[in-house]
Amino acid sequence: MAVTAVREAVVRAARGVRWYLREFSGESRWDEHLRECAAHGHQPLSRREFERRRSDALERTPLSRCC
Amino acid sequence: MSTTVTRDDAHGGGGHRDPGGGRRLPLRSVLIWTAVAAVGAVAWTVLALARGEAVSALWILFAALCSYAIAYRFYARFITYKVLRTDDRRATPAERLQNGVDYDVTDRRVLFGHHFAAIAGAGPLVGPVLAAQMGYLPGTIWIVVGVIFAGAVQDLTVMFFSMRRNGKSLGQMVREEIGIVGGIAALIAVFAIMIIILAVLALIVVNALAESPWGVFSIALTVPIALFMGVYLRTLRPGRVLEATGIGVVLLLLAIIGGGWVQESGLADALTLSREWLVLALVVYGFVASVLPVWLLLTPRDYLSTFMKIGVIALLAVSLLIARPVLQADAVTDFAREGTGPVFAGSLFPFVFITIACGALSGFHALISSGTTPKMVAKESQIRLIGYGGMLMESFVAISALIAACVIDQGLYFAMNSPAGATGGTVESAAAFVNGFGFDTTAADLAAASAAVQEPTLVSRTGGAPTLAVGISQIFSDAFGGGLQAFWYHFAIMFEALFILTAVDAGTRVGRFMLQDTIGNVWKRFGDLSWRPGNLIASAVVVGLWGSVLYIGVTDPLGGVNQLFPLFGIANQLLAAIALTLVTVLLIKHGKARYAWVSGVPLVWDLIVTMTASWQKVFSDIPAIGYFAQAQRYRDARDAGELLAPAQDQGQMDQVVFNSTLNGVLQSFFAVLVIVVAANAAVVVVRALRAGGLPTTEEPATPSHLVEPADLFATAEEKRAMAEHRAMAGAGEGTWR
Repeated sequence: MAVTAVREAVVRAARGVRWYLREFSGESRWDEHLRECAAHGHQPLSRREFERRRSDALERTPLSRCC
Repeated sequence: MSTTVTRDDAHGGGGHRDPGGGRRLPLRSVLIWTAVAAVGAVAWTVLALARGEAVSALWILFAALCSYAIAYRFYARFITYKVLRTDDRRATPAERLQNGVDYDVTDRRVLFGHHFAAIAGAGPLVGPVLAAQMGYLPGTIWIVVGVIFAGAVQDLTVMFFSMRRNGKSLGQMVREEIGIVGGIAALIAVFAIMIIILAVLALIVVNALAESPWGVFSIALTVPIALFMGVYLRTLRPGRVLEATGIGVVLLLLAIIGGGWVQESGLADALTLSREWLVLALVVYGFVASVLPVWLLLTPRDYLSTFMKIGVIALLAVSLLIARPVLQADAVTDFAREGTGPVFAGSLFPFVFITIACGALSGFHALISSGTTPKMVAKESQIRLIGYGGMLMESFVAISALIAACVIDQGLYFAMNSPAGATGGTVESAAAFVNGFGFDTTAADLAAASAAVQEPTLVSRTGGAPTLAVGISQIFSDAFGGGLQAFWYHFAIMFEALFILTAVDAGTRVGRFMLQDTIGNVWKRFGDLSWRPGNLIASAVVVGLWGSVLYIGVTDPLGGVNQLFPLFGIANQLLAAIALTLVTVLLIKHGKARYAWVSGVPLVWDLIVTMTASWQKVFSDIPAIGYFAQAQRYRDARDAGELLAPAQDQGQMDQVVFNSTLNGVLQSFFAVLVIVVAANAAVVVVRALRAGGLPTTEEPATPSHLVEPADLFATAEEKRAMAEHRAMAGAGEGTWR
């Protein structure tokens, strides 16, 4: 019993870390795009095109980094 | 992401809600918070009373953490719910204006990470190291008390007012809410302060890398590593950021290990660069980085530096707990009382409060708390976690840096942080110099310390970064063993240089945008961000400005850090004065004059500190403190045909006269700009007080359709509301809760 509980907690924590890192790094944006396209019946962009548009949008927004 | 399902307000109607406020605390909470307060009180008592005995550095850690917890639980909550009265039934700009680019509803925990990564850089690591010359106690008290009552309050309140104005920038808000005069003064102040900050950050890198082939090799390799990651993410495997970052971090570690081999090889001489060459390299790098497409260099470098930053800070916290180092510094040194310290001149008041800006109160954060972050907040109440909590986290970084500086041998500390003009540059002369302060550090000790980290010398390695790296390497080797001190030293240098360079890239671009935007008002074409010549000219101007200040600092016979760091600290806190002035004005305009003390008290304190410091730096007749007195002393000597140490020839005499005069002029200029903003604000405050409030540019309330927790952990009630909302929205959100 206790072993399954521990394993569940570890799996849950690992899933949490993975979720956080993907959200934090912006990788999960692609999944969102696919989800949204599926929801609205649109044809999704290719991954390459999608990421290119995302990085080009960054060109016009300054990245703030403090001292 | 955001859902569009309409849903009745989860919290019911009628006024704002303060979770927990106004109700009696449950017994369990009372017991927990009493325990936290008791541990904190014991820790502070030990720090305050211990004299002449071994004090564990963990007391500093516990004193800080307990104070943060209480401040977050009680004071931040009071400000958020009672003073600002955040309203979660009101849609945030992220929800209303969602465009997936700058306006973007972001999970509070993810946004906390982004905000922290944006505000925390080298500042909280360097200031506390320099302030350690006054002992561990003044720095600890200021970092903790300052963040609770000033720094975190500034970040939180600026974020709130910007969020209520669709994420307007600090400069825009000052112009619209205070007046055009104040607005222009604030704009100039922001730009000028940014130049100084970039120059001082770059100076720290130059001082850390000069004469260190190992450091130069591994830092230089970060550029091709970042370029490789950029190409990888653009063409090979688009979007796989974690994968690319993982590869980047491995390459980075190899670069550090490789540096050790290179240092032993024939390449060492080629990579031993003088400070002047490093300035040139940084200026060229800064220019190129700011005009290249961001995907190629800036974005990948930022991934690397962000993950390294968070990783190293976590590692440092853990290893402090394992190594449990003992403080070597005194609680309060004689330099605190006499103001004659070799690291920076001036007495405890006001100079500790100037030297430690980031980590306690940093005006620069107001630029990130307005503009970038508020456009991504999902729920108004979350700004307590993001704004206040994010700044507490930065303060914790500052505390860790202070500990690292206070656990190394203090003779070594002063030998490293005193300018070359004072130490004479050799281990023998440096040992003699620090023993003049009552330490018993021998030349052999200093030589052994540099041998342990495999650096040619540690004498007069000013700027804070090398000292921090020595401290970190000592703590890591104690915690993890293995005799890897040299590796950890260069690892720490790499870690600092990496995000200073990111700040330099990003800051140059921000400066370029500001310049193009401002000049674009009179010359339209120049304001077009896609016009190539405009980009190039603006980048060259910004790089040229900070590059000149950097060069002046690097070649200053009196020591660039000694001369420029006070200017940097004062500039940063003058920016804080502008931000706190804005917040105070807004509280009064919104009819909340009875709460104006929340930002008013830190504002008055900050003005007293910065104006006293500015006054002393401009008018003091003690040459070590007053810039003009110093210029006069060297001018008199030069005219009499004499040489004053540490100047070695007529040229250096001229240099001191020029630099000190320039620093004095800049110092006065910043202070005057802040006085202009404050005077303009005073007029508005008087009008607002007479009228009992004034109209502001706050956006009208629109109902929110999002259901999100207010704090880090969702309460049972919030979890129920979210589950209910998800059920109504149909498909699962796919997010982990």
